[in-house]
Amino acid sequence: MKHTISILVENHAGVLARISGLFARRAFNIDSLAVGMTSDPSISRITIIADGDEHTAQQIEKQLNKLVDTMKVRSLPAEEMLSRELQFIKVSATPAQRSEILTICEIMGAKIADMCTDAVTIEVSGTAEQLDKMHELLKGYGIKEVVRTGVIAIQKGSAVLK
Amino acid sequence: MIKAAEAMVKCLDQEGIRVVFGYPGAAICPFFDALYASDIHHVLVRHEANAGHAASGYARITNKPAVCIATSGPGATNLLTAIATAYADSIPLVCITGQVSTDQIGGDVFQEADITGAAEPFVKHSYLVKDASALPRIFKEAFYLAGTGRKGPVLIDVPVDVQNTLIDFSYPETVQMRTYKPTVKGNPLQIQKICEMLQSAKKPLICAGGGVFLSGAQDELIAFAEKTHIPVVSTMMGIGILPSAHPLYLGMLGMHGTASANTAVHECDVMLLIGARVGDRAVRSPKFLAESTTIIHMDIDPAEIGKNISTDIPLVGDCEAILTAMTEKIGDMPDNPWFAELAEKRKDTSVYASYGERINPKAFLRELSAKLPDNTVCVADVGQNQIWSCNHFGIREGGRFLTTGGMGTMGYSLPCGIGAKMADPNREVVVVCGDGSFQMQMMELATMMQEGIAVKVVIFANTRLGMVREIQTLRYGDRQMAVHLNGSPDFAALARSYGMDAENAYTEAEAYEKMQKLVDSDKPYLLVCHVDPLEPTLS
Ligand SMILES: Cc1ncc(C[n+]2csc(CCOP(=O)(O)OP(=O)(O)O)c2C)c(N)n1
Repeated sequence: MKHTISILVENHAGVLARISGLFARRAFNIDSLAVGMTSDPSISRITIIADGDEHTAQQIEKQLNKLVDTMKVRSLPAEEMLSRELQFIKVSATPAQRSEILTICEIMGAKIADMCTDAVTIEVSGTAEQLDKMHELLKGYGIKEVVRTGVIAIQKGSAVLK
Repeated sequence: MIKAAEAMVKCLDQEGIRVVFGYPGAAICPFFDALYASDIHHVLVRHEANAGHAASGYARITNKPAVCIATSGPGATNLLTAIATAYADSIPLVCITGQVSTDQIGGDVFQEADITGAAEPFVKHSYLVKDASALPRIFKEAFYLAGTGRKGPVLIDVPVDVQNTLIDFSYPETVQMRTYKPTVKGNPLQIQKICEMLQSAKKPLICAGGGVFLSGAQDELIAFAEKTHIPVVSTMMGIGILPSAHPLYLGMLGMHGTASANTAVHECDVMLLIGARVGDRAVRSPKFLAESTTIIHMDIDPAEIGKNISTDIPLVGDCEAILTAMTEKIGDMPDNPWFAELAEKRKDTSVYASYGERINPKAFLRELSAKLPDNTVCVADVGQNQIWSCNHFGIREGGRFLTTGGMGTMGYSLPCGIGAKMADPNREVVVVCGDGSFQMQMMELATMMQEGIAVKVVIFANTRLGMVREIQTLRYGDRQMAVHLNGSPDFAALARSYGMDAENAYTEAEAYEKMQKLVDSDKPYLLVCHVDPLEPTLS
């Protein structure tokens, strides 16, 4: 089962190594990891998608809480959160194919970020399902490269993590 | 303005540190130079791991963080085993290492090792100090972190140029950390629930672990057990919380434990775990146990609760405070008939009967402990010698039993004993080890002689790595591989060459005669008891 875990940590050197090291040595699997600053520059927010049963998820939370750099850990239930991922997809495209691709992008809410004679780079953000769908639609043109940021997530409504 | 190295020494002063254990090298020279000018006593060990183990012994007797020091690179990596041992055993240490200069970090220069990286899995927290002015805050935090909550080692890695930087020194009075806030007081509702659960139990049992010592809650645990008449088993790290002969104590549980303790664990209907993490050597099938027993788990570390065994009633907090509250709350409980049956099992004396001519190590340890003062500290190494000590070295009121139950690091006992003796020089300290483990630490005889402290050492020489030999005998068709200790020196002659009194004993009569000398001597004394290579651990 997938768990979306949001973590607030002190923003200083070595913190990410501590978090990722903890996952590795306790045999917790990370599917995705994203880090960024929060509105307070001394605090970073990490979003991790982890795989495991309920016991593993509980242990992950508790072990993360034990790290001295950790300020807050919360596992976000799927129905109570919004999650997004940003992705670049570079596909082969002859000039003749460009307008088709552009149409797909419009329908899917994606953007052309860059273009050259034989390829276009598409920028798309969304949920995992939306991104999978985009892949499906572009597969036929020949996907040359994909870059993803990892998922970020936030609670719905007025609740905040602090 | 003073040099940061001097500031580091002042930090130790402020923390009340009188003794440190270490080994120098170029990258930590500024700090040693500052120690030269201070009245903190530095003990020069003969291997950095032993600086950590000695600090561990010191910390376990004072129940406060103790300090060990090593240089960069190989010094720091040598210290690593001791850091990992302290982590597994939850012993509060502040470990200080030198590091190559800031501008060289990452360049693979001479004696550079990423020690904060390497030690990460085994430390409660670590610091690589890049800003000298942060040192006072870092020291304050390090001592606080090591000695509160679930105790453990904290590492401070200080580049040599940082040690030489001039800073304004003032030691912070309080710790200001927005992240770290250990829970100390137990939830009163849970405490109430636990009391009710225990009072309605038919066969309640307490399992006490090393956390009780770390919390300083020995007296509180005894008071609780005596008020409720609930019998007590201990983990290896919990040995000595109750005196061995206490009427409610059933001994150590687990793979190498006593029949009475294991029967109690098997039969109980409610088990109160206190400061014990249900390690695999203590409880082999926690799943099975949890199915038939109501598990109440008290620990200062929330992550231990539910980790190894599923728990019916969890309680996070410091067990001293919790046990005090529980003793007040809980109503009287009558004597339990179940306990009388268990107590019967303790009466089997066959394993420590005399062998006549040969030395029975179990009988020897019983006799030795009876002869030593009540407040003796016994330090056991790892292997058969350790299990014999666990089950047969009698601990009386005020006595202590130290061993590494969590990591099981051979070579722990002598340096730990040295540290324990330095912490309380008036107490008798006796170290028990095997001929294998002795050879992992015998260089520390020199430290002991240099310090002029009278630790007593007993080696059970069986010419084997006995514990491994036994595994091979029982589970590998007696194919004894890499367990023969041929080529060992005469350990007594070796000890004498250090200037110690030391003797060999080959028979029971000799052993008992020399035991008396060991007990009567006020100097360091080493006794080699030659025991049968096939002497079993338990039977
Ligand atoms: C550093 C380290 N290496 C290896 C082991 C594995 N080990 C556990 S007990 C043991 C044998 C110990 O032999 P000895 O010290 O002679 O004690 P005995 O079992 O014979 O009493 C070994 C090798 C260990 N615990 N620690």
